[in-house]
Amino acid sequence: MNAETTATVPEPAAGGDVLLRVENLVKYFPVQSSAFFRRDREYVHAVDGVSLEVRQGQTLGLVGETGCGKSTLARCILRLYNITSGRITFDGRDISKLSARQMRPLRREMQMIFQDPYGSLNPRRRVGSIIGDPFAIHKTATGQERKRKVQEVMELVGLNPEHFNRFPAEFSGGQRQRIGVARALAFRPKLIVCDEPVSALDVSIQAQIINLLADLQSELGLTYLFIAHDLSVVRHVSNKVAVMYLGQVTELAPVDDLWAHPRHPYTDALLSAVPVPDPDKAGQRERIILAGDVPSPISPPSGCRFHPRCPKAAPTCVEKDPVLEPRLGDAADHLAACHFPVEDGEDISKSRPTISADERVIESGLLGSA
Amino acid sequence: MALLEVDDLHVSFRTSDGIVQAVRGVSFHVDAGQTLGIVGESGSGKSVSTQTIMGLTRGARISGQAMFEGRDLLTLGQGEMRKIRGAEIGMIFQDPLSSLHPYYKVGWQIVEMIRQHDHDMSKAQAKARAVELLNLVGIPQADRRVDDYPHQFSGGMRQRAMIAMAMSLNPKLLIADEPTTALDVTVQAQVLAVIKTLQEEFGTAVILITHDLGVVADVADNVQVMYAGAVMEKADLRTTFFAHHHPYTEGLLQSLPAYGGERERLRPIHGQPPSLINLPPGCPFAPRCAYVMDRCRTEVPPLATVGTDATHLSACWLPHDMAARNELRLKVVGEPLPAQAEA
Ligand SMILES: Nc1ncnc2c1ncn2[C@@H]1O[C@H](COP(=O)(O)OP(=O)(O)OP(=O)(O)O)[C@@H](O)[C@H]1O
Ligand SMILES: Nc1ncnc2c1ncn2[C@@H]1O[C@H](COP(=O)(O)OP(=O)(O)O)[C@@H](O)[C@H]1O
Ligand code: SF4
Ligand code: SF4
Ligand SMILES: [Mg+2]
Ligand SMILES: [Mg+2]
Repeated sequence: MNAETTATVPEPAAGGDVLLRVENLVKYFPVQSSAFFRRDREYVHAVDGVSLEVRQGQTLGLVGETGCGKSTLARCILRLYNITSGRITFDGRDISKLSARQMRPLRREMQMIFQDPYGSLNPRRRVGSIIGDPFAIHKTATGQERKRKVQEVMELVGLNPEHFNRFPAEFSGGQRQRIGVARALAFRPKLIVCDEPVSALDVSIQAQIINLLADLQSELGLTYLFIAHDLSVVRHVSNKVAVMYLGQVTELAPVDDLWAHPRHPYTDALLSAVPVPDPDKAGQRERIILAGDVPSPISPPSGCRFHPRCPKAAPTCVEKDPVLEPRLGDAADHLAACHFPVEDGEDISKSRPTISADERVIESGLLGSA
Repeated sequence: MALLEVDDLHVSFRTSDGIVQAVRGVSFHVDAGQTLGIVGESGSGKSVSTQTIMGLTRGARISGQAMFEGRDLLTLGQGEMRKIRGAEIGMIFQDPLSSLHPYYKVGWQIVEMIRQHDHDMSKAQAKARAVELLNLVGIPQADRRVDDYPHQFSGGMRQRAMIAMAMSLNPKLLIADEPTTALDVTVQAQVLAVIKTLQEEFGTAVILITHDLGVVADVADNVQVMYAGAVMEKADLRTTFFAHHHPYTEGLLQSLPAYGGERERLRPIHGQPPSLINLPPGCPFAPRCAYVMDRCRTEVPPLATVGTDATHLSACWLPHDMAARNELRLKVVGEPLPAQAEA
């Protein structure tokens, strides 16, 4: 990689300052309700009281089932959405209520990489001009100067700078994702939100992009918020991981801690469901198969939102909302929102809920008895 | 004799850019009660080869043989194929919406499927059977949900409904093309559990296409690794993971973050797959292979047995003696095979 571009970069500290802080973030989307119910308007509780922070130079992984609010949270943080309530502090500045115009200078410092390397690139525009967009929008460089800067970034992400004039279709999936990374990097942002950046790629190519993101992080001191549904990828790239369920963070911990001592039954189930690419281990593991599907985020369950599917659910769980805090004597940075956290060595695949049948999802057939 | 025996299958498509050689001489077989995992990166011909067997590739040039219970599926007419599809060979696709019709109730679609093949069954009987099947795949309150439309089901429920439909006629073979790729891991675990349990119950043979080696490790008995329309390696599950021969298999496994424990950097396969219109001469993997030799660039390596194991095949010019192959691995990759548990 280009040595020149990295000369002035500060050393990324192991536990740098907090670059991003999210406090009690709420984002509701109104839903079109039928005429009959018009009086009480309904809302999708997409993000419902999320608090977290990301330190400079580190990666926070964000995981959870589809629809749990990961992308919405990401878009709120970048202020691509107005937020319903809560506070977002970026680099020491409260950005929760900034207008689009006030946000503009900050956009250079917070960038996003998307999942779909095809959909997010305009097929009719040349790659050089796509990557050069940020310079054009912010009117910071023109003509030869812009071209030089773009080619510099192309080289940084492992694209051939001579391909400046090619169209997206002339690149492979992995290369297109590199274009997406290059575009995000144009201004050397402080924070990059990666929303499923490798999910559409084959494993061999996925590994190329993950290495690229890691190299850029150590060379440029970047901070990542990394969303992915592949837990082995999240484990590999993250320092800390936040697990989301129905718009809330259910567990937040340093990555090794989370894998070694998952406290929330949902985390436990999620981790146990990850297929391991090792035939000897695959057969041995006790897989926790969750009953049913994620309930609707329009009217989330009372108390702990996981209670209808939780193997450990007890009457308290239906009544009381569990607080996100250290449990079972865990360190201050390992938080879980559960009244009955999983003990080390506990096998919850054998647990049975003690709440009444109409408060939980009842599975039938093979799965129910499995 | 194998339940399905595919021999030297070739499939190509004429496109405006030239002829796409999607499948180039693929052979495999599946036995009753067994699961064959087919892996390989996207575009390697996994879907085209199985869809061709089912008579679902239109406008393609096809040659080869696919013997299913004494009949060559590739020579059957549309009418005969329709009788086999569903009744004898069930299919599950990646996107359940593509095979569940959006305008009809889920239960009704299963009822139709059953009655098309079993004219003696009454509507009421067929509906009872549909409820039983939905129940079997873990749809809560199946007797009520049977009257739902597909859009009222979640992604995981649709996928399970499709399995119910695919299993409704007790097929001898189930072809599942990336059945869990679009699903969350928790739902994936549910779906794989259903497939496994049904297989144990009915002795169904399964062909499972996936790019997820974790899924393969979980369910397959035998594995076929494909690249650029051809089979690179074929072996039983443990051999594939612990004593593979082909550098592409090695590369796929090494790229995984989970492979070999904690590691600072991943080890991707460099470059990208070749165009199927302009294939390089010689071994199709040569441009990306860490072991490439002069010979690889000119001569196509045949799929041949490795060592003394007649069921382990690899299409690679490296020594087919595993001791010599492993020595090379040490030299080129710098480390031996992953911790090899006793066979
Ligand atoms: N613009 C919108 N209007 C209404 N509802 C929305 C909107 N965007 C998202 N939602 C809803 O908010 C919830 C969270 O969606 P979000 O896209 O954040 O999920 P996600 O965790 O990113 O899921 P995935 O893993 O599938 O990407 C979902 O119920 C979704 O349907
Ligand atoms: N109808 C078609 N016309 C032209 N090319 C096709 C057609 N269907 C598939 N192909 C090509 O055949 C190759 C193999 O495709 P496929 O079997 O779908 O791959 P996969 O291994 O991902 O399932 C790809 O290059 C694909 O683009
Ligand atoms: S609070 Fe209760 S329902 Fe929620 S995760 Fe903990 S045990 Fe389960
Ligand atoms: S034949 Fe040669 S190029 Fe092909 S996989 Fe084997 S060593 Fe590599
Ligand atoms: Mg999303
Ligand atoms: Mg496919």
